[in-house]
Amino acid sequence: MIVSRARYPLWLAGACVLLLLFAAWSFTLGKFPISAGDVWRALWAALTGAPSGLPPSVDAVVLQVRAPRVAAALAVGAALAGAGAAYQGVFRNPLVSPDILGVTAGCALGAGVGVLLAWSHGAIQLAAFVGGLAAAALVMLVAAWVRGRDALLTLVLTGVVVGSLFGAGVALVKYVADPYNQLPAITFWLLGSFTSALPRDLPVTLVPIAVGLLPLLLLRARIDLLSLSEDEAKSLGVPVVALRLAVIASATLVTASAVSLAGTVGWVGLVIPHAARMLAGAAFARVMPLSLVLGATFMLAVDTACRTLFATEIPPGVITAFVGTPVFIALLAISFRRPA
Amino acid sequence: MTLAASGLSYGFPGRIVGSEVDLSLASGEIVCMLGPNGSGKTTLLRTLLGLLAPRGGRVTLDDRALGEWSARERAQRLAYVPQAAESDFDFSVQEIVEMGCTPQAGLFAQPAASDRERARAALERLGIAALAPRAIHRVSGGERQLALIARALATGARYLLMDEPTASLDFGNQALILDELVRLREAGQAVLFTTHHPDHALRIADRVVMMREGGIMAAGGTGSVMNSQNLSGLYGRPIEVAVLTCRDGTRRRVCVPIGGLPDRG
Repeated sequence: MIVSRARYPLWLAGACVLLLLFAAWSFTLGKFPISAGDVWRALWAALTGAPSGLPPSVDAVVLQVRAPRVAAALAVGAALAGAGAAYQGVFRNPLVSPDILGVTAGCALGAGVGVLLAWSHGAIQLAAFVGGLAAAALVMLVAAWVRGRDALLTLVLTGVVVGSLFGAGVALVKYVADPYNQLPAITFWLLGSFTSALPRDLPVTLVPIAVGLLPLLLLRARIDLLSLSEDEAKSLGVPVVALRLAVIASATLVTASAVSLAGTVGWVGLVIPHAARMLAGAAFARVMPLSLVLGATFMLAVDTACRTLFATEIPPGVITAFVGTPVFIALLAISFRRPA
Repeated sequence: MTLAASGLSYGFPGRIVGSEVDLSLASGEIVCMLGPNGSGKTTLLRTLLGLLAPRGGRVTLDDRALGEWSARERAQRLAYVPQAAESDFDFSVQEIVEMGCTPQAGLFAQPAASDRERARAALERLGIAALAPRAIHRVSGGERQLALIARALATGARYLLMDEPTASLDFGNQALILDELVRLREAGQAVLFTTHHPDHALRIADRVVMMREGGIMAAGGTGSVMNSQNLSGLYGRPIEVAVLTCRDGTRRRVCVPIGGLPDRG
């Protein structure tokens, strides 16, 4: 079912309200239950600077533990879904995901090296970020040097190759790592988790995510044209090469930041844009904002489940994979069975 | 006011496909480009669209070199109608046609009510307004081609360059597209199209350009150029242009390959 154009703003607003309500609910859940009223008082007090009148432990849990965690989950979900939608448009393939450029593998290698060299947490994040951007840059450089007949196919294949190269690097780092301390740390990092979201680390990730999502939102109507053949897009007066580079660079920045915060959380970038497209139709002008909201909601739901379902936390990457794989298979079946 | 090529060499960096091409296209006329596979029709069309830089000679759009127009200015004057291909995304017909508003809008512009109206007007001109909400995958091949023509009209361009607009369409839809091209000419558009059907040139073209091995083998008014000798030379086998008197009394010229075994029927 596709929402009519006139109703779309209503749906988007509805999705935003749902997201806010869900975020509020998520704040109350956890090993230390806090009432919605207390959550509200603590947040309001933090915003206005007035004393909340709550026990300091409640303030601390809301502001120091849950707020960064909720913010991180929302930002990472929006980032991965937005980047996924953008990559799908640029690569003219609805089955593409942020992993395609080898960005995820690059981030993993950067972080692995960081853990191996016993860097601080912030430095590991930075290393992951640099690794992701390096992978994307390497892919674009190699693809430009190869100058394949089909530029997009060349880019995708190069992404797979560079991804496996960085993957081999990760394997080497794991092999070299001390199996008692470093190896578990690297493995946990690769699985992804929001447990390490600390208030002081958040700006390092949230600012690049915001910086990357802004051009994607501004250019979203032009991404439609990138999903056409290159000749069609150019003949419609669009600076195709510059636009494609801008979108890929923005999406890569966003992905690398998200991965550097939460590890390699897969599937969100593939599944969420699809859900948005099923609701709002194919036009990226509508898919992009809805993807951001749905991605944020989905990631928050996954993380809330991760930290409340069992006595020990499960990595969000596990849940996204369990949810994502069957959805992907269903999408594959639907898109291949579509009558021509 | 024309789109014109003079002494044009065209091709790719390091590979010239054809040279010494002269042709022109003006408002209110239909020019048809014929030629066997690999004769350079598509490459020439891409050069005329400004998608490939000329390797020599010049292309002018309204008396100014094509390369001097900005991409947006060019797109407001010169539109490309590709062969109707499948997109991997389920755009609606309306959304496809609205993309034609891009040359009028800025890079960061979001779809506006004026775009919707413009697309609607283009759809109405081609009589397919009812298709607007349908998915582009779910309409017939002829309707999809009409949607792409509507997108070209939505750009506001005067010159429409079409790459095999009747390819892979059934017989009825081919006739439908040809009728629409005639209507566009009557409305003052300039239409250049390529085809593998000489009959389509005979039916609607004012002038014909015959391409062979990158160069122009023959060009001129349809009546004078479309003869048995030229067509046989163009396609490398005996072809005859015959005159058929139809039931309604009209006389039409048709093109048939000759030689070989007699017809079965």
